[in-house]
Amino acid sequence: MSRYRVAVQIVPRRGLLDPQGKAVADALHTLGFGGVAEVHVGRHLVLDLEAKDEALARQQTREMCERLLANPVTEDFEIAEVSTR
Amino acid sequence: MKFGIVSFPGSNGDYDAYQSAIEALHEDAVFLWHKDHDLQGSDVIILPGGFSYGDYLRAGAIARFSPIMREVVQHAERGGPVIGICNGFQIACEAGLLPGALLRNASLKFVCAPIGLRVENADTIFTSRYRQGQRILLPIAHGDGRYSADNETLDRLEGEGQVVFRYAPDPLEAQEAYNPNGSMRDIAGIINSAGNVLGLMPHPERAVDPLLGPADGLPLLESILQRVAV
Repeated sequence: MSRYRVAVQIVPRRGLLDPQGKAVADALHTLGFGGVAEVHVGRHLVLDLEAKDEALARQQTREMCERLLANPVTEDFEIAEVSTR
Repeated sequence: MKFGIVSFPGSNGDYDAYQSAIEALHEDAVFLWHKDHDLQGSDVIILPGGFSYGDYLRAGAIARFSPIMREVVQHAERGGPVIGICNGFQIACEAGLLPGALLRNASLKFVCAPIGLRVENADTIFTSRYRQGQRILLPIAHGDGRYSADNETLDRLEGEGQVVFRYAPDPLEAQEAYNPNGSMRDIAGIINSAGNVLGLMPHPERAVDPLLGPADGLPLLESILQRVAV
């Protein structure tokens, strides 16, 4: 078994109303960052876990996202990074 | 009739639900601790309002894995009545008892106010004491009440009469912002296709005593008494 650190990003599904993202974008515009077209606010999770190899670590993380970490109705997830501990 | 009210850590509507069953309906009620596996012979299960598990991750996402939810889901699959109110609606959606999801209010504000609703289906075990199309007033108190689902699901819900309550403007006065959370198609409450699981954001259990304001929640509880013979 090896230890892995897995970073997961969960974001609201594109096309769904994202009021948080819009509020942040408006605030950035107020600050003068006029070039910001869109902002999406999501969650970033970091998991330390044990698995036989990286492929299994990824597979387990995907399953965790599907069952708990992300809502399949409204959110998309992406495994951003897997590193050995 | 016995109402079983699930208490999650962070529930705050459980006592209101208990009181409404005992004081307004004069029926039996019992609190069910989320870690138990025993519905104690309850005929109707209420998933109450509140902030179970601090709304961590997503509202209702962790509560749905509470031990007692296994029995609640089995109860629902057997056709037993389940009402999810506010946070309970969120939990019911997360548990797959109802389709869709409840997202952050479009205004990003927590809204606590009496809200006008229209009864869209008075032919359910939860609404038979209302008139079809009746306008009622119920309190809401939530920050994550924006009902969302894909268009196919929304069409099916509407086509099958599963949209039970909708936010509706007062016909006597112009109200631009009658939908308090930006829910799709103004949906405030839905029922599952089998007709035994109701989820709604407004709080009928907080509107059962005329002394404290509108009592438009009482007919909902009375409907269950009338239709669910025990």
